Amino acid sequence: MNTTFEYLIRLGDNALILSQRLGEWCGHGPVLEQDIAMTNIALDLLGQARMLLTYAGQLEGKGQSEDDLAYFRDAHQFRNALLVEQPNEDWAYTIVRQFFFDTFSYFNYQALLQSRDEHLAGIAEKAIKEVTYHLRYSSEWMVRLGDGTETSREKMQTAVNDLWAFSGELTTPDETDRLAAESGVGADLLKIKPLWEQKVASILEEATLKQPENIWMQRGGKQGRHSEHLGFILAEMQHMQRTYPGNEW
Amino acid sequence: MKDWPLWEIFIRSKQGLSHKHVGSLHAADAQMALENARDVYCRRNEGISIWVVESAHIHASTEDPEAFFDPANDKVYRHPTFYDLPDEVKHM
Repeated sequence: MNTTFEYLIRLGDNALILSQRLGEWCGHGPVLEQDIAMTNIALDLLGQARMLLTYAGQLEGKGQSEDDLAYFRDAHQFRNALLVEQPNEDWAYTIVRQFFFDTFSYFNYQALLQSRDEHLAGIAEKAIKEVTYHLRYSSEWMVRLGDGTETSREKMQTAVNDLWAFSGELTTPDETDRLAAESGVGADLLKIKPLWEQKVASILEEATLKQPENIWMQRGGKQGRHSEHLGFILAEMQHMQRTYPGNEW
Repeated sequence: MKDWPLWEIFIRSKQGLSHKHVGSLHAADAQMALENARDVYCRRNEGISIWVVESAHIHASTEDPEAFFDPANDKVYRHPTFYDLPDEVKHM
């Protein structure tokens, strides 16, 4: 399979699935203001997913549109990291998941600004502005709740402990990542890993949260081996198009 | 979250000269109020600058408006409407 296509699908699926997850908060946010903040971020991510999947489809050259890729692939064909498909659970889980992902996404898009693929560099230029805000938002909530009350710290620590195992996959390169980086199209994850670790360590410290140690890192999402959660996400997301293919607003 | 104070939000648009009151929202502190305002009131590119002010810090006139503002009503000479404008002057 074409490396660049595979690489773009990973980026696009990360954005698409996390967007879908955040969208679940719509109408259920803890307060109106954060409800809107969540759906705002969800829409930013959806915009990134559209650009990435559209471009992936064009490169593949088999006539697949963004909609074909979003609505007519099955779970094993999705290439998002396991982290973004994890359930919202509560506000603490949602914020920790967002913070882990935003930190990765920020450094990743920073690197992609220099991509040899001009179209991808252009997408990165648009996305980096959005992601910079997302990271600021999730970092502040990490500190606010971590260094908050006893209850809020406890909830945040639980979320950090539970989600930590899904954080390693983001910055652990496999063959596709290596090939993409070598060709100058993709970002070098080996360079992003220390940046991610540094940022996360500094925010956890500021938030008075402990960094989990000796945790086995889950992986497989990037290769299409997903947790059961993805199937349920797709069932909801794809239902209309699967039932009425080509249906429009 | 029930204890979060109310904040009044003022937005200056690109063309606007001054900040305009657009509404209010709840937030724990000024930083959160600014971010909430960005998300709640600037989703469609409405502004380039935001002010937030805790509602409790705003002092409003409470007098009966008729009595309070009445002295202004009978002084028509405060409006510059008694001048004849030359035809050459436009946009007045």
